[in-house]
Amino acid sequence: MVGLESYLSVAAALFVIGIFGLFLNRKNVIIILMSIELMLLAVNINMVAFSSYLGDLVGQVFTLFVLTVAAAEAAIGLAILVVFFRNRGTIDVEDVNVMKG
Amino acid sequence: MTSADFAIVLPEVLLAVFAMAALMYGVYGGKDKSAGVILWATAAVMVALAAWIGLNGEGSNAAFNGMFIDDGFSRFAKVTILLCGAAVLVMGETYLTRLDLLRFEYPLLIALATVGMMMMVSAGDLMSLYMGLELQSLALYVVAAMRRDSVKSTEAGLKYFVLGALSSGLLLYGASLVYGFSGTTLFSGIIQTASEGHVSLGLMFGLVFMITGLAFKVSAVPFHMWTPDVYEGSPTPVTAFFATAPKVAAMAMLARVLFDAFGGITGDWGQVIALLSVASMFLGAIAAIGQRNIKRLMAYSSISHMGFALMGLAAGTVGGVQAMLIYMAIYVTMNVGTFAFILSMERDGRPVTDIEALSQLGKSAPLKALAMMVLLFSLAGVPPMVGFFGKFYVLKAAVDAQMTWLAIAGVIASVIGAFYYLRIIYYMYFGEEGDALESTMSPVQWLLLVGSAAVMVVGVVNLFGLEGMAAAAASALVN
Repeated sequence: MVGLESYLSVAAALFVIGIFGLFLNRKNVIIILMSIELMLLAVNINMVAFSSYLGDLVGQVFTLFVLTVAAAEAAIGLAILVVFFRNRGTIDVEDVNVMKG
Repeated sequence: MTSADFAIVLPEVLLAVFAMAALMYGVYGGKDKSAGVILWATAAVMVALAAWIGLNGEGSNAAFNGMFIDDGFSRFAKVTILLCGAAVLVMGETYLTRLDLLRFEYPLLIALATVGMMMMVSAGDLMSLYMGLELQSLALYVVAAMRRDSVKSTEAGLKYFVLGALSSGLLLYGASLVYGFSGTTLFSGIIQTASEGHVSLGLMFGLVFMITGLAFKVSAVPFHMWTPDVYEGSPTPVTAFFATAPKVAAMAMLARVLFDAFGGITGDWGQVIALLSVASMFLGAIAAIGQRNIKRLMAYSSISHMGFALMGLAAGTVGGVQAMLIYMAIYVTMNVGTFAFILSMERDGRPVTDIEALSQLGKSAPLKALAMMVLLFSLAGVPPMVGFFGKFYVLKAAVDAQMTWLAIAGVIASVIGAFYYLRIIYYMYFGEEGDALESTMSPVQWLLLVGSAAVMVVGVVNLFGLEGMAAAAASALVN
């Protein structure tokens, strides 16, 4: 029997890896999309772990919503990436710099 | 039970059904030739729904076991959102037609984003909150990148997407912790576990993550970095939309989470919100000074204004929420007028966004320049314009809640911020003679610009009863 803490630790680790992937990666926008997926999946692990621990189905219902939205989000992200590539001819993170913040 | 539930969510359902019917009409009808018709129909539907919600709504109703709440607070926010959305749609039409950007998807995506925003302000559960937020965000990512052949617009879309998805992730991680440590996703259940002095560490972590995610959406410092780039890169009508309706929705949603779910621990989140508020006011005021592009300048201006609205929330009282609602309503009215002006800035048929280009506008288009001057004074909070009263209410709320330091910081920030608004006025009246901007303007834009400027002057009398409406809305939320 694996305890709740183990699941939460895995989810927290995945979430942190996702955030670091988003900020430290200097290469490719696709990696950013993968990092975002990783963050959302970490949340799903959290939800399912809590749901089973509490004996309450709501968490699993929430997980299904998150999965659906994550799919829609990835589709839109890739679509925006395609139009960006057509204009710029590259998807390097360093080249997303026409406007300076 | 189900039919009663559907009666409560009817406005949202109607708008969503309208959006899908219009999508079918656009696809099988005239494609982009029907875009103008769909745009005006969408605006008309939004105004009709706003009138319906505003005049017909009564009391406090909960649908779907408390997942969806229809009360005075959500109705106030919904009417504001719908009217802003309609105004922004109609004033962008000529601009989009000229740039050959008027596709039929544009009004539909705005309508769907509006459905999302209406869900957000009515959410009574973490799930409905998340679904509303994502419906709004996904539609907005697409409209930001709507100008497909422009590097700037697609880059704005990409940046908005990445940071928006990050903020949704943070919000969601917070939501999962809140669910785990309180055992429910319903706000009415969470508030029972989150009472003063008995907050578990996990719940606190969840709250902080959720505030972080929501602060991204209202573009509060230090989570503001997407705002200037997205505002600059998006087509101007889309920027006008970003600066108005989604800000109201995100601010109202933040208030709903903080008061409905965590209303028992006002002291714990009050300090966090106060910090965000001070940082936003100062960064917005100082960073805008160096800007030459009026859209970028408006981005920093909106960051600063969000700081003031957050000040009302930080107070954590009924008066504070009332002040926040008054501030947001005044802020969007000013922004609709200002963006109507920015949309009309053009030379030789090409849009211009440089503030130097406004030189000597006072001579070539006196009425337009005068209306813009009134709006800029109002944005800066100079009495006796209505913008001053917005600031006055939030400062008063902060003082009443024993946060005098916050109010003093707000006054200092607003003095710094007045500089860049006054510089635009300087260019309009005393700037050097250059290539003049075209002085013509479409009738709709003219109406919105002059109308909003007139409201800023005439509203001084009684704020059009806004104070009483906001008070009723605030007392529906805080109890």
